[in-house]
Amino acid sequence: MEKTLKKYFPLFLLPTLLAFLIAFLIPFGMGIYLSFTQFTTVTDAQWVGLDNYRRAFTANQDFRNALWFTVKFTIVSVVTVNLFAFLLALFLTQGVRATNLFRTVFFMPNLIGGIVLGYLWQLIINGVLRYWGVDITFSANYGFWGLVVLMNWQMTGYMMIIYIAGLQNIPHALTEAAAIDGASYFQILRHIILPMVMPATTICTFLTLTNSFKLFDQNLALTAGAPGKESAMLALDIYNTFYGRIGYEGVGQAKAVIFFLILALIAFVQLSLTRSKEVSQ
Amino acid sequence: MKKIITMLVAAAMAFSVTACSQESSQTDSSTNSTGTSAKAKIYYLNFKPEIAEVYEEIAKAYQQETGVELTVVTAAAGGYEQTLKSEIAKAEPPTIFQINGPRGYAGWKEYCADLKDTQLYQHLTDKSLAITDGNGVYGIPNVVEGYGIIYNDAIMQRYFSTPGAKVSSMEEIRSFETLKEVVEDMTAKKEELGIQGVFASTSLSPGEDWRWHTHLANIPLYYEFTENDIDLSGDGVNTISLQYSRQLQNIFDLYLNNSVTEPKLLGSKQVADSMAEFALGQCAMVQNGNWAYSQISQVDGNTVQAEDIKFLPIYTGIAGEKDQGICIGTENYLAINRKVSQEKQQLSADFLYWLYSSETGKDFVVNRLGFIAPFDTFTPSEQPDDPLAQEVIRWMNTEEVRNIPWYFTIFPNQAFKDDFGATLLQYAQGSKNWDQVTQTVVTRWTEEFGS
Repeated sequence: MEKTLKKYFPLFLLPTLLAFLIAFLIPFGMGIYLSFTQFTTVTDAQWVGLDNYRRAFTANQDFRNALWFTVKFTIVSVVTVNLFAFLLALFLTQGVRATNLFRTVFFMPNLIGGIVLGYLWQLIINGVLRYWGVDITFSANYGFWGLVVLMNWQMTGYMMIIYIAGLQNIPHALTEAAAIDGASYFQILRHIILPMVMPATTICTFLTLTNSFKLFDQNLALTAGAPGKESAMLALDIYNTFYGRIGYEGVGQAKAVIFFLILALIAFVQLSLTRSKEVSQ
Repeated sequence: MKKIITMLVAAAMAFSVTACSQESSQTDSSTNSTGTSAKAKIYYLNFKPEIAEVYEEIAKAYQQETGVELTVVTAAAGGYEQTLKSEIAKAEPPTIFQINGPRGYAGWKEYCADLKDTQLYQHLTDKSLAITDGNGVYGIPNVVEGYGIIYNDAIMQRYFSTPGAKVSSMEEIRSFETLKEVVEDMTAKKEELGIQGVFASTSLSPGEDWRWHTHLANIPLYYEFTENDIDLSGDGVNTISLQYSRQLQNIFDLYLNNSVTEPKLLGSKQVADSMAEFALGQCAMVQNGNWAYSQISQVDGNTVQAEDIKFLPIYTGIAGEKDQGICIGTENYLAINRKVSQEKQQLSADFLYWLYSSETGKDFVVNRLGFIAPFDTFTPSEQPDDPLAQEVIRWMNTEEVRNIPWYFTIFPNQAFKDDFGATLLQYAQGSKNWDQVTQTVVTRWTEEFGS
């Protein structure tokens, strides 16, 4: 049995592998290839070597500015989203009345599309800023904090659900034993709960990190980069490069490859860091 | 096991690399093999979302009359280039697409067939409107449009009857000075006139700012190019000095300071907001073109009568603007895809000719699409009857004025326009002064032509 399984597994894997090939590997390979070419449509391209990569950084400041803005945004939103999500999860595992209602309500923003959320928050933020006679396009800082608020509103509920699952997995015996031994709540939190939810933290930081870094539709709908391109994040900058100029498709593609490499590196480092903190029960 | 996976992945990668080269050769060969198929399909990628439904009906009517299957796909507003880029790479690419002028042609050169021998080109009234390169004709304009300051005559009449009105009829406004006096006087009397501002919001939300960085900027640049005898197809256009920068500021300031909306709040305003303000009678004037009529008439609670909607030229204070008309031109050029089979190219040309010459086709063009078509197959009575199209025709036929052509089709690219729009927004918000705006426009223009 074992043996036949081993023998035939490629055959059974084939449909999935084919789908993976068509929907992922081929486009990915083509994407990398196109980043070394000058092209208008994906089927006719001319090899230009590393020229696109050089132009991504030297043609103008946009890519570097967007990179810096994205990094700042990612740090702030990863910290805030996870903090709020964890606190909410703690609160909603205490047996508060109407817990299920709260969980549903907090989760709901995650079900709304990014573009819709972007416009909704633009209306709300502009409504508030109106008292000072300005709107969100007035300063990149408004755009930045607008995005942070939006990201928190959207992601916190989702992360909260994951943290709740993690918290519920902690054996009751452990916390009870600690309490009997005279540990205070904060000691239990610090030495039992936190280490035990580390697997949830790994997945949550990974999700918030990659989602913040890749943010596009919320950025487009909320500020579209205004003022100037000061609040444009990497994904939006790549999009604008690709479509804004004739002959810059390859440069946009090169930026996308760089974007992928940075994201892969960060995610890899983060995963190995948080993984190492995980404990087994 | 690991080995097998590695091998499969490696094979996949190798396949993907060769796939690219294969695909391109495939399209070439399919061109020849499908060339003789009896039931050829043609595919038109439409540029104007507001008339997408009409094209569906045209496709049905055309299939009934000729049996040729026509697919029409419409790109989202502002997304034509994106859609075209992905559609044209498909196995069944668009056979007819649109380019927006000489700059658009430069990007799609490889795909534009020579249209010199098509019947449609033979019937083009003004051959100079077409996009040519050497001896070839690569884009045929299919509609003539005009823009200026749209005003609500009912409100203007109310103003003329107020005590101390600066002028007594629209005909007296023939220069920026007069326009400014009138507008500022109207702002002072806005309660009396029942408006919130003279001009609709200067929409400066990113992507909604084309009325300024493209249409308004056309005027000073038209004067600059004309005065310096610049050949538009030559290298002379690669740099500009924006010598009429002050005049551009004149009109832009007038829009900002006499508007429904505070200048600092304009970054979130969209064109639709401005048109709604005009339709609801909250303002007396808005800068836009004849295509906006459908937008005005579709607003709920619209208070503007069709016969009150008129065009005024955009005066900026440039010397000799007394006989200036509105801006008339086009950025809609039809092109036929050179990379599809000869048969499909012919079928596409036939369809276009049918649309602009047959009774059924012309009826669609005039009454449903509302196009002012630049072809001699249309008699003077076969013109759209919406008030703004009528106004464009009136201005075209007014002998004593000089209408301004659309030179913005040679503006470098979208990146330039986006930056121009962004700096106008920063000017409106007070974080940049006009010299910085001028500086940005002049340097970005050269940079984008160099890139």
